[in-house]
Amino acid sequence: MGKLKPSVTVKGTKDGLLFILDDSCPFSNILNELKQLFEYNRSSLWDGPKTRVLIKLGQRQITKEEEISLRQLFSLKKNLIIQGFESEGKHYLLKPAGIQVLAGTVRSGQVLTHEGDLLLLGDVNPGGCVQATGSIYVLGALRGLAHAGSSGDETALIAASTFKPTQLRIADVISRPPDEWEYTEVGMRFAYLVNNQIAVDQIQHLIQLRPDLEWKEKGKKFF
Amino acid sequence: MGESIVITSGKGGVGKSTTSTNLGTALALTGKKVCLVDTDIGLRNLDVLMGLENRIIYDLIDVVEKTCRIEQALIKDKRCDHLYLLPAAQTKDKTSISSQQLRWLIAELKEKFDYVLIDCPAGIEMGFKNAVAGADQAIVVTTPENAAVRDADRVIGLLERERIHSPKLIINRLRTQMAKEGGMLDVDEVVSILAIDLLGVVPDDERVIRAGHTGEPIVWDSRCSAGKAYRNIARRIQGEMVPLLVLEKHQSMVSKMKKWFGFV
Repeated sequence: MGKLKPSVTVKGTKDGLLFILDDSCPFSNILNELKQLFEYNRSSLWDGPKTRVLIKLGQRQITKEEEISLRQLFSLKKNLIIQGFESEGKHYLLKPAGIQVLAGTVRSGQVLTHEGDLLLLGDVNPGGCVQATGSIYVLGALRGLAHAGSSGDETALIAASTFKPTQLRIADVISRPPDEWEYTEVGMRFAYLVNNQIAVDQIQHLIQLRPDLEWKEKGKKFF
Repeated sequence: MGESIVITSGKGGVGKSTTSTNLGTALALTGKKVCLVDTDIGLRNLDVLMGLENRIIYDLIDVVEKTCRIEQALIKDKRCDHLYLLPAAQTKDKTSISSQQLRWLIAELKEKFDYVLIDCPAGIEMGFKNAVAGADQAIVVTTPENAAVRDADRVIGLLERERIHSPKLIINRLRTQMAKEGGMLDVDEVVSILAIDLLGVVPDDERVIRAGHTGEPIVWDSRCSAGKAYRNIARRIQGEMVPLLVLEKHQSMVSKMKKWFGFV
């Protein structure tokens, strides 16, 4: 036990305590070790005067649930007040996994902003705007403005059943039809970023661009 | 207890006032008691379209400021016994009334009339908010042009926020031929963009402008298809199922003859 490098390191700073949680070991280990630290290590730190605590997560990002369990642990010691969480160069919270489904029409003058991927069941009308930090999928007609990857994600996609946008933005690239990308039919299309330009293609060709999205596993038979 | 319906569009000049006048007259012709309220304070013209300008003594502002009773300000229509107009003030502006006052006024009028039609000013500012305040339902008027449809879309969004759900749509001044040639949106395109129930389509007709000029609503003209469209809309408002007018122009004599001889 003593030989292992501890996954939780506590340091004192002039502002309070610094908890450094090792990002290479599983999160459950960290919770266990913290628990042991609080219960068996009778340090004067745990019941002294009120101390501010900053938690450093290293490269790790945590989910909302993990944050809650951390906060519960720390609430056992009344004098420790969590000041904040920090991940190196990133927001400490992970984007919620999966895609969120919203319904309704985005009309002229209305703006729908969203964190993560968005599936909109409804139309986006001219003058309306949909903005997401992830990809945007519209089950309906996209006639207004769509901005995918609004915080810089260049892999974000925009797809719509009826693809007729007034303007498209992916990350910080702006494009508008018809002079920059041409297609004859209005149908199910998607837009993606390639060489700092927005390209539009049939939805059937998506798999060639993003083989990682392929639903078929290699070598398996599906008939 | 009557119903209050606001007639709005966002964009100006698409025919809100014409629609209000004609729908009001058409509803009154079916025997309902109807009151038209002009909320375009400072720019009143509903009275002009109805030819009642010279009968105004009191106006809407006088009523909400309690200078007169509601009955004193109401003007009876020239031809229709069940139709009344509450004119807007011309010497004031939109700030001289609050939405609360209008809500009270419309509630009072609803006690006396079957239908209270509120003619909304263009724009989405103060005047719009006031006009919408007392309304139970809304009719959005648009012409089949991109600019008007954009504004109608914006207004529908704002109506949702004012808790007036499922507004109804009137497409005004449609030219079938132009829509066919692609110089104008057609009915299906407008309906698919705005995605609300269509109440009626009114064809473009210069007789409507003439009628406004002489102060006699077009619904009195029994041969005009625009008048007929308004009468149908009035019936639909009362819950009747009326099919849409067929707006195909009659073929000219020459093209008919061509058809006889098998050229087309």
